[in-house]
Amino acid sequence: MTVLLDTLFNGLAIGSVLMLAALGLAVVFGLMGVINMAHGELMMLGAYTTFVVQNLLKNGPLEGLFPAYILVSIPLAFLVSGLAGLLLEKTVIRRLYGRPLETLLATWGVSLILQQFVRSVSSAFFIGLLAAVVLGLLAPRLLPAAWWRQRWSPLLGVGSWVGAGAIGIGLASALGNERSLDQPWFSARNIDVTAPEWLRGSIDVAGVTMPTARLFIIALTVVALVAVHWFLQKSVWGIRIRAVTQNRPMSSCLGIPTEKVDALTFLVGSGLAGVAGVAVTLLGSVGPNLGGNYIVDCFMVVVLGGVGKLLGTVVAALGIGVLSYILGSGSLLLLWPQMPAGLNETITFFATTSMAKVLVFILIVVFLQFRPAGLFPQKGRMVEA
Amino acid sequence: MTITSNTAATPAAFLRRWWPWIAIIAAALILPFILPPFRLNLLGRFLSLGIVALGIDLIWGYTGLLSLGQGIFFALGGYAIAMYLQLDSLEPGQLPEFFSLYGVKALPLFWQPFNSAWFTLVAIWVIPALVAGLLGYLVFRNRIKGVYFSILTQAALLVFFNFFNGQQKLINGTNGLKTDTASFFGQMVGSDAMQRNLFWITVLLVIAAWYLCRWLTSGRFGDALIAVRDDEPRLRFTGYNPTAFKTVVFTIAGALAGISGALYTVQSGIVSPQFMAVPFSIEMVIWVAVGGRGTLIGAVLGAVLINYAKSLISEQLPETWLFIQGGLFLLVVTALPDGVVGWWRQGGPGRILAMLGSSPATATYPGLDQDPEAQAEKRAIESRAQALESGASQPGGEP
Repeated sequence: MTVLLDTLFNGLAIGSVLMLAALGLAVVFGLMGVINMAHGELMMLGAYTTFVVQNLLKNGPLEGLFPAYILVSIPLAFLVSGLAGLLLEKTVIRRLYGRPLETLLATWGVSLILQQFVRSVSSAFFIGLLAAVVLGLLAPRLLPAAWWRQRWSPLLGVGSWVGAGAIGIGLASALGNERSLDQPWFSARNIDVTAPEWLRGSIDVAGVTMPTARLFIIALTVVALVAVHWFLQKSVWGIRIRAVTQNRPMSSCLGIPTEKVDALTFLVGSGLAGVAGVAVTLLGSVGPNLGGNYIVDCFMVVVLGGVGKLLGTVVAALGIGVLSYILGSGSLLLLWPQMPAGLNETITFFATTSMAKVLVFILIVVFLQFRPAGLFPQKGRMVEA
Repeated sequence: MTITSNTAATPAAFLRRWWPWIAIIAAALILPFILPPFRLNLLGRFLSLGIVALGIDLIWGYTGLLSLGQGIFFALGGYAIAMYLQLDSLEPGQLPEFFSLYGVKALPLFWQPFNSAWFTLVAIWVIPALVAGLLGYLVFRNRIKGVYFSILTQAALLVFFNFFNGQQKLINGTNGLKTDTASFFGQMVGSDAMQRNLFWITVLLVIAAWYLCRWLTSGRFGDALIAVRDDEPRLRFTGYNPTAFKTVVFTIAGALAGISGALYTVQSGIVSPQFMAVPFSIEMVIWVAVGGRGTLIGAVLGAVLINYAKSLISEQLPETWLFIQGGLFLLVVTALPDGVVGWWRQGGPGRILAMLGSSPATATYPGLDQDPEAQAEKRAIESRAQALESGASQPGGEP
């Protein structure tokens, strides 16, 4: 019984992190059909936000808030990741509307840039970047207006950005000579977020040790889930989002501003990634590569759950979590000691975390043979069905 | 009278027609003697990556299937040759060294066939092809496509990566298999002379793979592939079965990836599960995207040039490479959807010149002469007419 409870709890804990991470992805993918490969990096931004909040609150005028820094960083991480996602949508994804494969590649490019950004960002780097962006944006005003009416104005547009970039790089390298400005903010090393006191212990229930951090993550997931459910079902914008998910052209005809809906959805989805990032910091140290560890798992949750229903995401995430834990920890052997030898060997073979992943993915692919649209497919007639 | 014999009549015409080939052959013969061994080795490696890029061009550029899992097939080919080389350089009765570390006493069963060189030569491309065929059939049968296909191939990649990474006792896990100290025909695989031979083999195989892809994409089969890409439901409603076409082309791309992986392995000296890392397989796609998807030469050029740029930049400014690579992804997707070669063929340079004020000389209808689409159509009709004519009198067509 204890083994069973223990398995359930740990599976739930793994599944809830996955769910939190996949929630935003599922909303965005369901609405826009867009694969956001930078989702993991948006999680990373959330994790780094937590780190910054922790350091700011540790020694400063707001020291009194320090025990609650995790709670403070949740909305901040939502905001940081959400705004980053909004920027991504406005600058890149909007241009690629209706070309999901291209979006996939573009967002992968963004994820590479974000990874390297947190590794090498320093004050000098940041100032240079800021200068380049401001110059690039102001170029149409700074350069003579007559130039923009020439037939080579498209080249001028590209050229002004290249020039602005060059100036930014020059500025950054000039400032980089100053030791204090050249210091990387985070560097390539992993960062550690120390959980506040009240999240460090554990609670024993019926012989099962439940770390408080894990319980906190589960609670956070439930809150996020309820909030997203409420948002999608009850709020005006949520109803609009669902309408666009179901039928984009029709919604547009009925006066729903689909572009705003897209932007808002992306903001919410990315913000949820940020919240997931906060949760991940409680599980161990995090680094620039954080995203890569989660992204494929998140996609599997979305694919398995089916598009357009939150319930699918919930069931898929918990299912994958519990199954991974059962297989990876080999607790099937504890539950059923008199297993036939052949089965026993197979299970021992897969009883490591990475091998459990292998088996779970194989099972998902096999499952998709029978239900290609996932657990809870969207009903309705489609051209491509 | 065929076109070939017509144009080859005078030496000047011969040169005009064959100069790319003459240049390639001359470069392949001369380069090994002027480049330092290290650079030559790099060039050989990158050329072998051109083969996997050709495969990706077949499935993505022509058929519209974005596979993020070509690393599977690439690594399988690499492992096949590495296993053979490990066994080949042993005395009879010995085991590869790493087995003793994990207390393995007997050669695992699936290693046995790799004692044979012939089996290995076949296995390099047949095993990846079989895996690709099976995976492709299972996926395409259910009409899983678009981004779902991409995600599934990526998941499959992760499955293989975790499996190879975790199996120390079978294939040395994370450490991979080394090949540069193995001997082959009495020579060290890592030696300069051997690497030079491998370079020539690579060049030959790249050309062969290019021919294969060209042959595949120029005929009716190629038309079917493009139809799958552009409008699959319509193809299905006209009575074709897209599943068969997709499975076949995915299998071929898998085989090409296997050959590429084998060549890359012997030239880089090691095969490891890193060949199946998620980022590497996506990088392969970007080579094709930058070079120009749907243009075979673009795939090879993209693979070679981007990798050369990568190695140069990583030597000088390692921190900037990821920025540049990320920027490439963004640039090629938003500004150059047909890649550099596609941009060139659609009159990109002419457009830039026109912006700068020097319009090219035009005939009666300037609009028609400057319209890239009209030009592309004209070229297509001409080349098809040529192919028909030469195909009628001389099988094999024109290179």
